[in-house]
Amino acid sequence: MSATALEVSGVSKRYEIGHLAKADTLVETLAGGLGALRRRLRGRRLRREEFWALRDVSFSVETGEIVGIVGRNGAGKSTLLKILSRITEPTTGRISLHGRVASLLEVGTGFHPELSGRENIFLNGAILGMSRAEIRRKFDEIVAFSEVERFIDTPVKRYSSGMYVRLAFSVAAHLDPEILIVDEVLAVGDASFQRKCLGKVRDVSRGGRTALLVSHNLGVISSLCNRCVWLDQGRLNAVGGAGEIVRRYLAFTEFPQDGRLELAAIERPAPHAERLRITAAEWLDSPALVQGRDSRLRIHFEARQEVSEASLAVGFSRPDGTRLLTYETDYTNRQTPRLRAGQRGWVEFTLPSVPLSADTYLLDLGAKSGLFHDLDYLPGCAQVEIRPGPDTHPRIVKQGWSVRLDAAVRWGEGGGA
Amino acid sequence: MDVSVSPAQAPSAPAATTGLVIEAGRAERHYWRDLWRYRELLGFLAWRDVKVRYKQAVLGVAWAFIQPALTTAIFVFVFRHLAKLPDGGVPYPLIVLSGVMAWQLFANALSGTSGSLVGNSSLISKVYFPRLLVPLSSLAVSLVDFSVVLAFFLGLSLWFGYWPSWHWLALPLFMAMALGAAFGLGLWFTALTVKYRDFRFLVPFLLQIGIFVSPVGYRADFFPQWRHLFALNPMTGIIDGFRWSLLGGQHALSPVALLVSLALIAITITGGLWFFRRTERKFADVI
Repeated sequence: MSATALEVSGVSKRYEIGHLAKADTLVETLAGGLGALRRRLRGRRLRREEFWALRDVSFSVETGEIVGIVGRNGAGKSTLLKILSRITEPTTGRISLHGRVASLLEVGTGFHPELSGRENIFLNGAILGMSRAEIRRKFDEIVAFSEVERFIDTPVKRYSSGMYVRLAFSVAAHLDPEILIVDEVLAVGDASFQRKCLGKVRDVSRGGRTALLVSHNLGVISSLCNRCVWLDQGRLNAVGGAGEIVRRYLAFTEFPQDGRLELAAIERPAPHAERLRITAAEWLDSPALVQGRDSRLRIHFEARQEVSEASLAVGFSRPDGTRLLTYETDYTNRQTPRLRAGQRGWVEFTLPSVPLSADTYLLDLGAKSGLFHDLDYLPGCAQVEIRPGPDTHPRIVKQGWSVRLDAAVRWGEGGGA
Repeated sequence: MDVSVSPAQAPSAPAATTGLVIEAGRAERHYWRDLWRYRELLGFLAWRDVKVRYKQAVLGVAWAFIQPALTTAIFVFVFRHLAKLPDGGVPYPLIVLSGVMAWQLFANALSGTSGSLVGNSSLISKVYFPRLLVPLSSLAVSLVDFSVVLAFFLGLSLWFGYWPSWHWLALPLFMAMALGAAFGLGLWFTALTVKYRDFRFLVPFLLQIGIFVSPVGYRADFFPQWRHLFALNPMTGIIDGFRWSLLGGQHALSPVALLVSLALIAITITGGLWFFRRTERKFADVI
């Protein structure tokens, strides 16, 4: 059977940002409107910021396929799922869906903390599109799957986060749609529950149904999906067999051989990169970190306007985006220089033996002014491999921990390496 | 589990055979059909709001009674004992309470619908369903509160020796008008609040003024010289209607005020629906 389950053709999504997004109160809109009027009267054009979250994306999915979607943060994966789920409309393009769609962009959407587990099953089921009769029929199965039988009449606000997530996922797992759309929700619960969830998704395709899932866990993508869609900066970069796309995607986000990754051209949502733009990241020793050894990372930047109390930061995250480590220039030595407009420069972090287990991590880069004013942020802009060193001694980094550590910091001027 | 379980009646099965097309501006086509398909969700959302309303409040549903009872006591004191307004032979507490009931039904429904979209923003940004369900379902809570006060009114009127007359049969009509007025205005406010949170401050303020501008604490029919000014306020016709029906006809029903109310309600609902539908496509992007 190879009927088309889903066809996406030429889909684009534009968000208007800057002025419009900031105007959240009437006065701001009026003020903005007056400013615009004044500018127009003076003959200047109103600057209007556009951001294309998706640009001309086309692909199709056959019935019975499990298709993974990969891409960096901000590549448009979530926007695509939102459009497929009818939460938001595409700006242009067309999608046809053949079959009953259920989408799961979040675990426990609509769960109410005051209601009991039993009540939330009905509420959440209805929100996800099940009929009352359907929920009643599957109720026992849902409860059994969630393993929270004993607390089914307790308000969910008294649940542990694990119980909450298990119950929420169980409702979703019993949706029985013809097309299932899932956004990064398989990364919930403990390992055994995750295995159960993955099994559920596998069942979906066995039953001749179709699934579309976004995950940062490339292992899940390559083991679960037949095919894979790779988005990059809102555009479709490649479609193909899951194994092949995952391999190519991994290679893509690695640092180039010379250790210098250009970042100036990456599109980011305004107002990031307007006053200060991170232009490149460069490993001075080797693109792979070796445990027990110092590594030097140089971040190149360009200040477009004057920036006071500038500081830059490097973070290491798990592939699902959980930050594990953060190094900040202002944290370590309080050196927060004032940057001139047009100044190009770099910051060199000397990272002493990064205390993470040998694995692949995502590199987050950021710049801010003062304590809270973000200037630029590039989450997951590259992957970093940490290799075991000669005297590696295993340390456990607890999930969700974010640690700040000392690093030697040096500021410099000029654009070159 | 098999997929063949009644896809026809399943809420999110928009034409499984022909397929669903998503395009800019296309959502319109299935709008009213979808709304009907999702009627069960409407029930669930209303049920949730009612269920949660008095959770973890020691006095619970008594709050639905305390507020109107105190308002009535104060208004009786101010308008009857201080201002010496005429009562036309009807016990003043009944005059005030019938007005307070109408006003509270409207006010609760309006503040409920106005805050409904922002209050459900997590749903709106994560699941599809016809957005109109959100303000619609929020009306249910005001009806629950109303029924509590209605029981109180019945007790009070029996105590004063007033038995319900056939006029009570017309009450649902006036209740529908109060809800309609609140829903129409609420559609505007809730859609506007998605983008401009200013309306969160405006609505309570309007309601605060409205209770004095509307004939809640006094009888509009005893001020013939201001009749036309009163009639401009759609709540006048509705409050008149409540009094007429609850006081067994011992209150004049002004046809002008009633017609003005009906016309204004029709206009706000039509306009509200138009505005809501025009803006709802962007809700998930802006909220």
